[in-house]
Amino acid sequence: MRSSLIVRAATRVLVGLLLVFSLWMLLRGHNEPGGGFIGGLIGATGFILYAIAHGCSAARLALRLEPQTIAMVGLGVALAAGIFSTFFGDALFTGQWLFLGAEEGEKGLPLSNILIFDIGVYLVVLGSVLTLVLALEEEV
Amino acid sequence: MAASDANTRFLGGPAGWISVLVPLALFLWFAQHIPAVAGGEVLKWSWDWIPSLGVEIGILLDGLSLTFALLISGIGVMVTLYSTSYLGGHDHYARFVTYLLAFMTGMLGLVLSDNLLSLFVFWEVTTISSYLLIGFNADEAKSRRNALQALLVTGTGGLAFLAGIVLIATATGTFNISEIEGSLADHALYQPIFWLVVAGAFTKSAQVPFHFWLPNAMAAPTPVSAYLHSATMVKGGVYLLARMNPSLGGTDLWFWVLVIFGGVTAVFASILAIKQTDIKQVLAYTTLMALGTLVMFIGVGTEAAILGAMTFLLVHSFYKASLFLMIGVVDHGTGTREATVLRGLFRKMPITGLAAMLAALSMAGIPPLFGFIGKEFLYKGALDGPAMLWVTGCAFAASALMFCAAGIVAWRPFTGTLAETPVAPHEGGVAMLTGPVLLAGLGVVLGLMPDYAEALVRPGVAAVLGRPAEVDLYLFKEVNTAFILSLMTFAVGWGLYLIHGRLRDYLAGFKSRFDPGWDRLMDLVAAGCAGLTGAIQTGQLRRYIFVTFATLTAVVLVAVIRAGLAPDFTIEEDLRAKHWSVLIFITAGGLITAFTNSRMTAVAALGTVGVGVALVFIMFGAPDVAITQLLVEVLQVVLVAVAMLKLPTLNKEYVSTIRGWDLTLALTLGALTTITLLAVMATPFDMRLTEFFESTSVPIAHGRNIVNVILVDFRALDTFGEVAVVAIAALGAFALLRGTKKGAS
Repeated sequence: MRSSLIVRAATRVLVGLLLVFSLWMLLRGHNEPGGGFIGGLIGATGFILYAIAHGCSAARLALRLEPQTIAMVGLGVALAAGIFSTFFGDALFTGQWLFLGAEEGEKGLPLSNILIFDIGVYLVVLGSVLTLVLALEEEV
Repeated sequence: MAASDANTRFLGGPAGWISVLVPLALFLWFAQHIPAVAGGEVLKWSWDWIPSLGVEIGILLDGLSLTFALLISGIGVMVTLYSTSYLGGHDHYARFVTYLLAFMTGMLGLVLSDNLLSLFVFWEVTTISSYLLIGFNADEAKSRRNALQALLVTGTGGLAFLAGIVLIATATGTFNISEIEGSLADHALYQPIFWLVVAGAFTKSAQVPFHFWLPNAMAAPTPVSAYLHSATMVKGGVYLLARMNPSLGGTDLWFWVLVIFGGVTAVFASILAIKQTDIKQVLAYTTLMALGTLVMFIGVGTEAAILGAMTFLLVHSFYKASLFLMIGVVDHGTGTREATVLRGLFRKMPITGLAAMLAALSMAGIPPLFGFIGKEFLYKGALDGPAMLWVTGCAFAASALMFCAAGIVAWRPFTGTLAETPVAPHEGGVAMLTGPVLLAGLGVVLGLMPDYAEALVRPGVAAVLGRPAEVDLYLFKEVNTAFILSLMTFAVGWGLYLIHGRLRDYLAGFKSRFDPGWDRLMDLVAAGCAGLTGAIQTGQLRRYIFVTFATLTAVVLVAVIRAGLAPDFTIEEDLRAKHWSVLIFITAGGLITAFTNSRMTAVAALGTVGVGVALVFIMFGAPDVAITQLLVEVLQVVLVAVAMLKLPTLNKEYVSTIRGWDLTLALTLGALTTITLLAVMATPFDMRLTEFFESTSVPIAHGRNIVNVILVDFRALDTFGEVAVVAIAALGAFALLRGTKKGAS
């Protein structure tokens, strides 16, 4: 079943936008509405759209990794971010912050294992949803 | 059995010699503690295992546990040595040895544990390894069935015992046997504790009416029968009773239950022993007799009775292990175990014959063997104790029948003229003969020099009684009632032996009811399970969902009624146009879902309900939740729509028959949820958490989006758990989908 030209043409633009949007949602999540969960869902939507337009095998190629691998990597990243805290003598999943270039009155660039944890969540959601949807679509 | 004589590797290779050296080392280690324990010391070592639950691994070495430990490791050496030849070269020899060593570990742990919980763990280890060993010839349906029977009977008893342990700990406040002070006889929980512990002991030690699994367990290879189902494991129950005697013994209940069940088992089993033609089965039933006797005398509980029991314990372990191993040699050498076939083997198998006869003399209780001392002291204990007639009668009947059984097992096959056997009779090798000869020899040595046995028996009796005891074992001192009883035993036993052929024919008329009864019970359980599964697991998804929500409705209904919630519809805020529009939006979606006859319409309408809920979130200032809700709702509609392509069209007639039920259920649950929510709204909201998050989100967690900060920082562990669930659910669904795909193609 080939999808319409309109869908395929629109997909070309939309997929890129959706993926960038999903990353933006992920990164701004700590201060504005967003976060890993929402970002992952949006990212998954992008690939699903791609799969609908060009077929599941094309979507798998575009992903490069198996979606279930992505989910497991995400779980590993989230766990690693949690365990990271224990190296500083804190409890599991305690936030560790580093403010790059911080000066008097200037916060600098905040980096933290919290962000890494959120990236893990993003990958888990993205991978899990794609695992399900792609398997279902291929099944049907 | 694929025992191979061509096996030339020393002791069957590494698996073989390791299996011999380990118990040997253990035996020597235990043996070096004999002097200390014989001197009345109780040795204790302990390590914390689960300190929060009061579970520790403790070794308690007193007379009782040392006796058992020496038997387990000592006979273990004989049996593993024997196995190197009996099963060496078998395809699964290494597996066999592993099971056997696992069992040995469990059994040693069982008798050495001071902590009741670790005792229970080891108790179960012996049950499971016994299961594996009985079912070792897993190709045969009979082996598997008998193994499962043993597992279920002893396992069920083990669960009862666990419950008993918990009650003991409740009653005494400790799991450590050595810390239980005094008797529990006056405690309110005594009765349940007693019955639960006894259930564990009786199933393990195969007392009537749980005896039937033990003869069936003889499906195991001979070394296993000799080791587990004669010398060690089945004595686990006896050990437990002996160990608990100071805490649970001394009551009327204890006395009568143990004495009656033990006595019945002893006599019943020795009669059945005469009925058997397979000499391994004869021995299996005489083992039951020994277990019954031990239980009975522990029940009597006087010093003389315990002395008799502890002596008989040693006696029995030596001759019974020896005889079992001997049977393996005969089976191996002639190809049969039929008592009616085997005759005149002595010339062909002189060493086996000698060992068998020495062991049988001990079994028959003939002086000057150790068995005679054992029997004498049993009689002394019986004559001194309460319920003298019953106990003495049982002991006498069992001993006389035992004399007869000893003749059947070890006299008749070796004497007379040589008979035809499937294989030309030949003697076994050194590895197979060492065990039976040494163990039979022990019966002679300890008979002539009983002082050596005292070193173990004295502390053993003291441990069972819970106080020091005077022990003096001797072969002969004077002509007394016990001695005369012994002589009568010989006379009656000899008489029974002469007519045992006719006895056997007569007894063959009685059919066993226990074993077929077990099969019927198992069939009933299977039928019950099949019926229950059929009723619950219909395979219809909508039935499952209906049952799930019906249960939820029932639970909520009960909760609402018990809390006396009354709906309170007063709404303080004014409903504005946007509220009404969302309300209509959601309601319309719900109504369309409920009344459409098209699946696709239903899914889409359900999606609009979800979008409406997202709008509600936005109105109340939760954009994160709203976005998530919206995305999930869209994905769900897409997913279901994709799946729907595969589904058959709705059967409208069927739908119309069930719609009434579904509607009732949905409306009830909806109404209940509304009532609950209104009640929740009516109570003042606890703002502490909200305030905490509002005040700390930026200073501590450096984030202004409180929802996200909670998710990834304050409650990061919860989130991690949730994403793990998401990932695993996806993997599960993936496996299911792929599985059906493979199955279809």
